[in-house]
Amino acid sequence: MNEFLQIKLLGIFSLGMDLGWALLMIPLLPLIGFLLLGLFGRKYMKQSAGIFATLLLSVSAFLSLHTAYGYFFKYGKLEGVYQKIIPVQFTWLQFSPGVSIDLGILLDPISVMMLVVVTFISLMVHIYSLAYMKGEERFPTYYSFLGLFTFSMLGLVMSSNIFQLYIFWELVGVSSFLLIGYYYDRPSAVAACKKAFIITRFADLGFLIGILILSFYSGTLDFNTLIEKLTSIESTEFKSIASASFIGISALTWALVLVFIGGAGKSALFPLHVWLPDAMEGPTPVSALIHAATMVVAGVFLVARLFPIFSMSEAALNVVSIIGITSALFAAVIACTQTDIKRVLAYSTMSQIGFMMFSLGVSGQGGESGLGFTAAMFHLFTHALFKALLFLGAGSVIHFIHSNEMKDMGGLRKYLPITHITFLIACLAISGVPPFAGFFSKEEILLAAYHHNMTIYWIALATSGLTSFYMFRLYFSIFWNKEYIAHGEAHGEGGFLMMTPLIMLSIGAAAAGFIPFGEYVSADGKLLESAFHLQFSIAPVVLVLAGIFTAMWMYKKQSNRPDTIAYSLNSFYKLAFHKFYIDEFYFFITKKVLFNLVGRPAAWFDKNVVNGLINAIGNCTIFLSEKVKGFQSGKVQQYAIYFLAGVIGLAVLFIYIWK
Amino acid sequence: MMEPGLNHVLFISTALFFIGVFGFLTRRNLITMLMSIELVLNSVNINFVAFNKYLWPHKLDGLFFSIFVIAIAAAEAAVAIAIIINLYRSHQSIDVENTEDLKF
Repeated sequence: MNEFLQIKLLGIFSLGMDLGWALLMIPLLPLIGFLLLGLFGRKYMKQSAGIFATLLLSVSAFLSLHTAYGYFFKYGKLEGVYQKIIPVQFTWLQFSPGVSIDLGILLDPISVMMLVVVTFISLMVHIYSLAYMKGEERFPTYYSFLGLFTFSMLGLVMSSNIFQLYIFWELVGVSSFLLIGYYYDRPSAVAACKKAFIITRFADLGFLIGILILSFYSGTLDFNTLIEKLTSIESTEFKSIASASFIGISALTWALVLVFIGGAGKSALFPLHVWLPDAMEGPTPVSALIHAATMVVAGVFLVARLFPIFSMSEAALNVVSIIGITSALFAAVIACTQTDIKRVLAYSTMSQIGFMMFSLGVSGQGGESGLGFTAAMFHLFTHALFKALLFLGAGSVIHFIHSNEMKDMGGLRKYLPITHITFLIACLAISGVPPFAGFFSKEEILLAAYHHNMTIYWIALATSGLTSFYMFRLYFSIFWNKEYIAHGEAHGEGGFLMMTPLIMLSIGAAAAGFIPFGEYVSADGKLLESAFHLQFSIAPVVLVLAGIFTAMWMYKKQSNRPDTIAYSLNSFYKLAFHKFYIDEFYFFITKKVLFNLVGRPAAWFDKNVVNGLINAIGNCTIFLSEKVKGFQSGKVQQYAIYFLAGVIGLAVLFIYIWK
Repeated sequence: MMEPGLNHVLFISTALFFIGVFGFLTRRNLITMLMSIELVLNSVNINFVAFNKYLWPHKLDGLFFSIFVIAIAAAEAAVAIAIIINLYRSHQSIDVENTEDLKF
């Protein structure tokens, strides 16, 4: 099949035609899976749903890898610069000659990279769920939702039009809602999925307004045209968007910041991060797919996609980097205190996404200064691998001991050997220990920060140290610390289906660092020499090792060292443990302020004034009808009077008025 | 004493008519209401005969119409009595205040 596709691609010069079909199949196969499993799964495909979905997705993954191979090594480059290819475009809604919502596929280095990431991780999650979700009542529904999610995410990364991206953005939000609320009989899961959807929807308002501003000034919704028009200083569109201003900030900055707000909501950056820890109510493979590897990086992807326009506005990039670094530090501090292993991983995700964001924020457009962009994308790639591995490993632990809390764990290295090794590899990768993947991507990020903004560099360095500390706190608390006492029957580690994804991902986490990412993905499409300075890496690695040894000292053996340290930090520890009371703050604003000051009066108005008006009209009618019904009283003599009155009236009429 | 003119007779028939109408509208007993209706009909008869005799003495149209009216009054009285008997059978009373069943 490989050669067949290759011959098709090379033989016929209309590259668009055949490439288009293969590319369309990539998102359409999971969509077909969603439709078939959604409609017929519950009745006819109870046992085969998993295999069916996995098969569809493996074809999709194969096609993505093939596309990536073709793009990066065969036809993507033109004179050494990676091109943005649009093989498929179809005009859907035309608002005016320039502005139309087209549905098309855009191939460029980041979208091809994301194709590979999304389909690969999705495939790993599908295989893992075959064993993890076995015996679930709604097994086919689970796979149909996964198919919907994969379709939406693939559509998102392949969009050639900003509105098309928005459509898929919302679809991804819906899939996330469905999957978080999968266990719908649990009130906490229902609350969590509502929270996730409402917060991301609220952020998407900003995104929409940003889209509208951008399209208004540039007269187009298509990415290529948008970038072309708004990045050349002489173009009329750029002049108009840069000169129009509102409260002293140019329309360009407004548009970009609003779009970034949308991205920040989806990527769970401070302060719109509150939904991510709650989203851990969903099944663990879902957390691995959506809330670690793919959906939460949609915001990073969005900023990367619009990066040429972002780089025209210093202020917007500053906002991006400040929010990024704040989220990174904030989440790292909280993660040090959490006891639910999935929550720790959720905050870890938030922190790493913060890294990616500020790396984009400090990046320039091309050449040496474009290191931040490449570093962010590289980190996205490696993060997807090791974060998915961490979550799947956590799933394996949870599957074994049926609990999420660290206090129920300890000494599991004897019972879960493969999980132990792969989890260790993932922890080493995320901490940035050479030669694992995270080391290379983090080095590049730190280097980019070092060259552009020293404050961000120091904070990022501190956060890296914290990252290694809390990750190894997690590792030692699960696999070392105390001895495990099995309650009831102890079943062994998960089978072959659960271990294979772990092993494959761990190979990725170990080896992916050696990919020379700058050759493939960079801000302007040209080659970027991967900068690797030995002296520069010493400080981070030392800090990381210090974090690891601190965690080992505190958590490897059961002791009261963690408690004494927590006691000595007292109020600060409490703040971090309660996640800095952000949730309480939001509850306060919504319940006490919005509901009372806006909601109640509005409800009162609706119930009393609007309803009252309608009720008054109804009451008038009733009153009138009560009066009128008196005419039909059943009294013959009354009828006779009316009759007589009518006759007399007519007589008067005929005799005196109408002669 | 002067000769009774048309006006006198018409006066009597109008008075009888309104007495009859008044009786129909105010009496409680169904049979008494029936009697009032007969009064109305008879007043109309007087009207016809008076107009016939005073205005067209050589024609008999008014008299013939009066005969029709008498016959019809008899038939109608028979029907009315039948209705009253049925009402009595269902309500055990011939008070018109008990016949208010066909109301809203």
